[in-house]
Amino acid sequence: MDTYVIRQVSVFSENRPGRLAAIARALQDEKINILAFSIAEADGFGVVRALVDRPDRAFETLGSLGFNVAFTDVIAVKMRDEPGGLYEIARILGDAQINIEYSYAYSGKEGAVLILRVDDVQSAIQALLESGAGSMESSAFQ
Amino acid sequence: MFWNQKIETLTPAELSDLQLKRLKKTLESVQNVEFYQKQLKSAGIKPRDIRTLDDVSRLPFTRKQDLRDGYPFGFFAVPLREVVRIHTTSGTTGKPTVVGYTRNDLATWADLIARNMTMVGVTEDDVFQNMVNYGMFTGGLGFHYGAEAIGATVIPSATGNTRRQIEMINDFGVTVIHCTPSYAMHLAEVAEEMDSPLESLRIGLFGAEPWSDSMRTELEKRLGVTAYDSYGLSELFGPGVAFECQEREGLHIWHDCYLVEIIDPVTGEVCGDGERGELVVTPLAKEAMPLLRYRTGDITMLMEDGCICGRAKKIARITGRSDDMLVIRGINVFPSQIEHVLLQIAEVGSQFMVYVDRINHLDEMTIDVEINREYFSGELADLSRIQKKVVKELRDTLELRTTVRLVEPGTLPRFEGKAKRVIDRRNGL
Repeated sequence: MDTYVIRQVSVFSENRPGRLAAIARALQDEKINILAFSIAEADGFGVVRALVDRPDRAFETLGSLGFNVAFTDVIAVKMRDEPGGLYEIARILGDAQINIEYSYAYSGKEGAVLILRVDDVQSAIQALLESGAGSMESSAFQ
Repeated sequence: MFWNQKIETLTPAELSDLQLKRLKKTLESVQNVEFYQKQLKSAGIKPRDIRTLDDVSRLPFTRKQDLRDGYPFGFFAVPLREVVRIHTTSGTTGKPTVVGYTRNDLATWADLIARNMTMVGVTEDDVFQNMVNYGMFTGGLGFHYGAEAIGATVIPSATGNTRRQIEMINDFGVTVIHCTPSYAMHLAEVAEEMDSPLESLRIGLFGAEPWSDSMRTELEKRLGVTAYDSYGLSELFGPGVAFECQEREGLHIWHDCYLVEIIDPVTGEVCGDGERGELVVTPLAKEAMPLLRYRTGDITMLMEDGCICGRAKKIARITGRSDDMLVIRGINVFPSQIEHVLLQIAEVGSQFMVYVDRINHLDEMTIDVEINREYFSGELADLSRIQKKVVKELRDTLELRTTVRLVEPGTLPRFEGKAKRVIDRRNGL
């Protein structure tokens, strides 16, 4: 099951101009590719979430620059890139009583991909595999 | 241990005789200062009217602003040729305050520092690193000559280059340090980054800004020292006015050199022992710059209980300067209270900044605090929980609603001199 668990890099960031640029610049300098990312914002601060091709290197690089970084386990699911694609995935997880804490998506050359942070990673993977929707292996990213 | 046991343990009767004798002498010497000639004349007081120590309450106060108005040498009671040193205190607005010393003043001052250091167990066998500014600030040279007087090996490292400071502590086997408590915290952080245990240290002398008991615990744990509180101000020579003894329950103020009153800062009435108010001091052994009833702006009290060390009455640790005291929606707040709260919360650091604004006619206080690197889980919800926890703990202690902003670790300013943690933006309204 662990082959389906993907390590997302989560970076604490104050909400002020230039912080995202500083993070992106650091990743560029290390030639780390960002596959998907999102920003979550609260009262004056936020968390930058990114799926990158080399998470350990990203963690080290950002950490050495003083950023506060943590790994978060997420899963990724391929969606049909047409109406109803998101519904299908959301329904499977809902039926399995799995709560989605947050999610972000991208549509790339391999189709539409949904990244999910759920309350129960193992059960979510199981439900997706059993339903036939499938769960993407982490090796697809990292 | 005593530096001068006789003078440090005078009986109450001997002490008050000495104080009265010196007070009378001080009244004579202030006659050389135009400001006091006028003040005493308009108050209708002649030196001979002061017959007992209680008569001091008839004398006019001297305020910081009076000293500024006397810039540069208006408060000198001796000709400049008898002044052998000048220090100044930083003026946040306008001109600095100038203080001068005769040769005797420097000797008296060094003697007081020597009393303090001996009181906490520093001897000629110690290696002493003095990590404060050596320029116009009194902390550097003041401690320097006191430490030399007792024969300690003195390292005048001054401030800055923290890594070099840590190297010297290790290479020279430094046993005693003197710095501001906020710089000590920074020193601990850098030493931990360098994985340097500072094993030789045993005593830390911290002063020039108010600091809390929880900060003491933190500094002792991280630096491996016993920490002592040092109190002083340039107008009263500098550091060395009062100091904790090894009991660390309040500070011994040197009554043979400083006549102490505690007053209500608003009404000017004298407070009883155990009542908090503003410390007012008439120095009794200053030649170049004698002062009458100097308003220190520092909030403390005279402690009711004696001390088993045998020295005279203590003052409580300073809760803050009356100029640092913030009045937020009518409630008095000292930055030291905020620090105290933050030190109890593991999820955040101990550095902070306070911003005060007036929004829609209401005072609003915003506190920036660093998240503790180890407590970042990667989840926004956990950060929000930490933020709410800080708000709640501050509200419980200050009885005030505040806005708390979590900032990235290591981004808030570290202060090497006096910490300026409060930015009050209500001015001009």
